[in-house]
Amino acid sequence: MKILVAIKRVIDYNVQIRVKEDGSGVVTDNIKMSTNPPDDNAIEEAVKIKESGKATEVIAVTIGEEKAQETLRKALAVGADRGIHVKVDGAVEPLAVSKILQKIVNKEKPDLVFMGKQAIDDDCNQTGQMLSALLNWPQATFASKIYFKDDKLEVVREIDEGLETIEVSLPAIVTCDLRLNEPRYASLPNIMKAKKKSIEQFNISDLGVDITPRVQQIKVEEPPKRKAGIKVANVAELVQKLKNEAKVI
Amino acid sequence: MSRESMEYDVVIVGGGPSGLTTAIKLKQLDPNLNVCLLEKASEIGAHILSGNVFETRALDELLPNWRELNAPIKTKVNKEKFLFLSKTKSLSWPTWLLPAVQKNHKNYIISLANLCRWLAEYAESLGVEIFPGFAASEVLYDDNGSIKGIATQDMGIDKDRNKKNSYEPGIDLIGKVTVFAEGCRGHLGKQLIKKFNLNQGKDPQQYGIGFKEIWEVSEKNHQEGLVMHTAGWPLDNNTYGGSFIYHAENKQVFLGYVIGLDYKNPHLSPFDEFQRFKTHPAIKRIIEGGKRISYGARALIEGGIQSLPKMYMPGALLIGCDAGTLNMPKIKGSHTAMKSGILAAETIFEKIKQNKDLSIYEEKFKNSWIYEELYRARNVKPSFSWGLILGIIFTGIDQILFRGKLPFTLRHKHADHETLKPANQMPKIDYPRPDNIITFDKTSSVYLTGTNHTDNQPVHLQLKDPNLPINYTLEKFDEPAQRYCPAGVYEVQRQNEQNKFIINSQNCIHCKTCDIKEPSQNITWVTPEGGGGPRYGNM
Repeated sequence: MKILVAIKRVIDYNVQIRVKEDGSGVVTDNIKMSTNPPDDNAIEEAVKIKESGKATEVIAVTIGEEKAQETLRKALAVGADRGIHVKVDGAVEPLAVSKILQKIVNKEKPDLVFMGKQAIDDDCNQTGQMLSALLNWPQATFASKIYFKDDKLEVVREIDEGLETIEVSLPAIVTCDLRLNEPRYASLPNIMKAKKKSIEQFNISDLGVDITPRVQQIKVEEPPKRKAGIKVANVAELVQKLKNEAKVI
Repeated sequence: MSRESMEYDVVIVGGGPSGLTTAIKLKQLDPNLNVCLLEKASEIGAHILSGNVFETRALDELLPNWRELNAPIKTKVNKEKFLFLSKTKSLSWPTWLLPAVQKNHKNYIISLANLCRWLAEYAESLGVEIFPGFAASEVLYDDNGSIKGIATQDMGIDKDRNKKNSYEPGIDLIGKVTVFAEGCRGHLGKQLIKKFNLNQGKDPQQYGIGFKEIWEVSEKNHQEGLVMHTAGWPLDNNTYGGSFIYHAENKQVFLGYVIGLDYKNPHLSPFDEFQRFKTHPAIKRIIEGGKRISYGARALIEGGIQSLPKMYMPGALLIGCDAGTLNMPKIKGSHTAMKSGILAAETIFEKIKQNKDLSIYEEKFKNSWIYEELYRARNVKPSFSWGLILGIIFTGIDQILFRGKLPFTLRHKHADHETLKPANQMPKIDYPRPDNIITFDKTSSVYLTGTNHTDNQPVHLQLKDPNLPINYTLEKFDEPAQRYCPAGVYEVQRQNEQNKFIINSQNCIHCKTCDIKEPSQNITWVTPEGGGGPRYGNM
């Protein structure tokens, strides 16, 4: 069995995001970049499945600028066997990402495609679902547990009401939740070994996918600052303020 | 599980200017040398904090074509000011009356973090193996007591020292020579200085704590290339320190404050002095209407040549500010750190190729401009122990009339942890509350540093005696850790009628001030899990 894992390079989750003065986006110069956190869970799960003997190969794929290769190297250092880098400068929308992944799936013919449930930069939560539609494969989103059952996959999903268990047949798309596992550290020797693993590179033109944006971004701005709270003397004053000032009741 | 080991010709600890320079120079001397460099930050540059007005002398020697290589060194200094501040007034000191070491017209305003990122990319292109996110936690010795390398830290240990599921053992990195380039008060460097008596016959090391904020200011307040320094208010005559205000590119102003850690009043809060400084009319008008985008703090070396330890030992070299090569009157250490790295690489090359002893480092150092520079600078900092006014008068005579060639050397008499006076003998200081426009509290400041440490790991700020803070330091010095820590790591909380000493180690921005200033040397800074600590951008 082959598992393809799609990963994305995003601004590190600890970094304080700063909006560009002209509102055209956020500042990324000299900012620490990392793998999208739930993508780390996706890689970890795929590697674990391989270690259990159920999979034979884990392929990591990423779409992005030249430096996105660093993200692939990290995936290779924690156990992915090889990488695929689709070179694109600038942002790519989820539909375009799904179409690119569709081409890669058709080429590599994996039995499973893993990815994070969403990316922490645009929070779209669309790619897995769109890829499922394009391939006409079953999808199991927000996975927090995955079991193999004969030739099927039993997936526990994190949903608003609690946990939902579903069964999907293979091939399938699984998007991973942060609770799925605890990603491992890359060890120094494995980082060294990862430098020798192969990364295949494609240009968008090689794949023949139209990535022209369909959404026009008008403006990026910081959320309004939370105002300082006030103390009220009694319930009556609270009700009065909620009614007349906050106008919420 | 037994530990793996990897062998290199040279193992370098620390990805700052000195370590990266050593790596590059080694590869220039012999491209076949195997060189690896470890950095505890999540990426190169993320733990670098510096003014920085950069003198290119060492970089000119290392990479004479740095301009063509598009180094991030763009903003030439075009104007200089020096102000004496009183509480509400400022007096501009004529620049022609500044000592030559404080003239910056040939220098550049840069982000040292960005320069390090650039140097790291260059080093990697020469084949240097750079491993960010890995902390060197232990020095390894061979049977003869000579240093043979370092061990990286075990990852995935919980706070009770049990192995977590993600446990990953550290590995041994073995080198023919190990270079310690951790920066000021490196935790391994400190051990080595003690073990090999490297500071024998030297004065106690002197330190300062430096703060830096980056502000995006309005167009009308920005003069790219302007370098400004101040002395005086808010510090009193007996406390050594001053500010820097550098107008960098992209409408950014690098605003900072340095306070000597030999201050005497335990009530003094370096962080709050810095915040208060910004309310001075001459400073406020620059940043008013602007936005603070970064904050950070780091201890720095101020001891100079009198306090500089021996920089070689069996199997290893101690370079840059891990030893202490900063030139205090020049307020610069990057060029000297880099030069110490060039000399380290030359020494190691001769050691490996011609089997020379590492002690040749000392001779190389003595014959280089770095020694000349530090020698001439040596009397400035100690003269300020007489107070600001006398210090300035003496420095004028020493630096302008005699150009650092007076036939005597002033000594540093005390280590910084010895200088605090008991709390009841010193005046309390009433600091104004932050307005959240110009001045801020520690919490919102640390937030900007992007600091994080993996949850549930052992506390990396270790107390030799866990009861000392409450039983002794609180009563005698009002536990100054609450104030000297720039990140609010230390708190004394009242719980069930008892005082409790709290260490919020996850807030630590790796400045090392506690390790230096704790009056009983009761706090030891050891490295937390690699990749933790601040994530500075262009600091």
